[in-house]
Amino acid sequence: MDISTSRAGQALVITVNDNRVDAAVAIEFKEAVRCAAEEPGNPVILDLSQVTFLDSSGLGAVVAVMKLLGTSRPLELAGLTPPVAKVFRLTRMNTVFTIHPDASGSLQAAG
Amino acid sequence: MVLTSAGSGGFTGRLRDAVAEGGRGGGEPFFRRHFTATDIETRAALQALMLALDQAGVGDEDSSNAELILAEALNNVVEHAYADGAGPVELTVSLQRNGMACTISDRGRPMPSGVVPSPGLPVIDPPDDLPEGGFGWHIIRCLTSELAYQRDRDRNSLMMRLPWSDFD
Repeated sequence: MDISTSRAGQALVITVNDNRVDAAVAIEFKEAVRCAAEEPGNPVILDLSQVTFLDSSGLGAVVAVMKLLGTSRPLELAGLTPPVAKVFRLTRMNTVFTIHPDASGSLQAAG
Repeated sequence: MVLTSAGSGGFTGRLRDAVAEGGRGGGEPFFRRHFTATDIETRAALQALMLALDQAGVGDEDSSNAELILAEALNNVVEHAYADGAGPVELTVSLQRNGMACTISDRGRPMPSGVVPSPGLPVIDPPDDLPEGGFGWHIIRCLTSELAYQRDRDRNSLMMRLPWSDFD
């Protein structure tokens, strides 16, 4: 799982550089994001702009990370591509996360 | 339902030809693949299907819907039908006038109740109730117009029809 991190003001940005978050990588993804989130920064923004496919296993992994971080360090999302946005919409998980249109927008908002 | 080729997308000439081809005398489906039901082989099969759909001129929305429902259904086969160990699965996709007919067959355990589950959406009530799973059948039911499950001796067969997004 290829993941990189950067800082934007107070926020930690975790960028997923792979284009699939599916059942084959869900556990690895969860672990990689959890490790990346050990770096300081609040909120934690997950940049999914390169992800073109996410299934419910991937969605479950994103939710699991959100729960691990707890309410004091919210996990926010940025850059959902249309197929990924659809999964969040169909499962109503779009109501649970703060979703930024793109990472640069979220950087400004969080900075 | 009226078929038109107008509008922004999907039903292009190439796709029309593929549909006409698929409808001829109930012959071979547009796409057929046998593989072992594992996460990695599921991914490979879906990527092969995406390539074939793209080459046939199927639009992005239709093909991404197909990829999603097939991933959900195949994940269930890997996790539940073959909970005791991976086995063979067959995926076929036919392009038809009223949508993509997707069939998944396996020789694993039958569906627990003998019918396609309809669990509805899990309760979402943050921060305490945040489900990490249980979305698969809900997603499949949202996107399909027809869903049929059959157990025939030791064989499960699930048919899902995905209507073309250009028509409603």
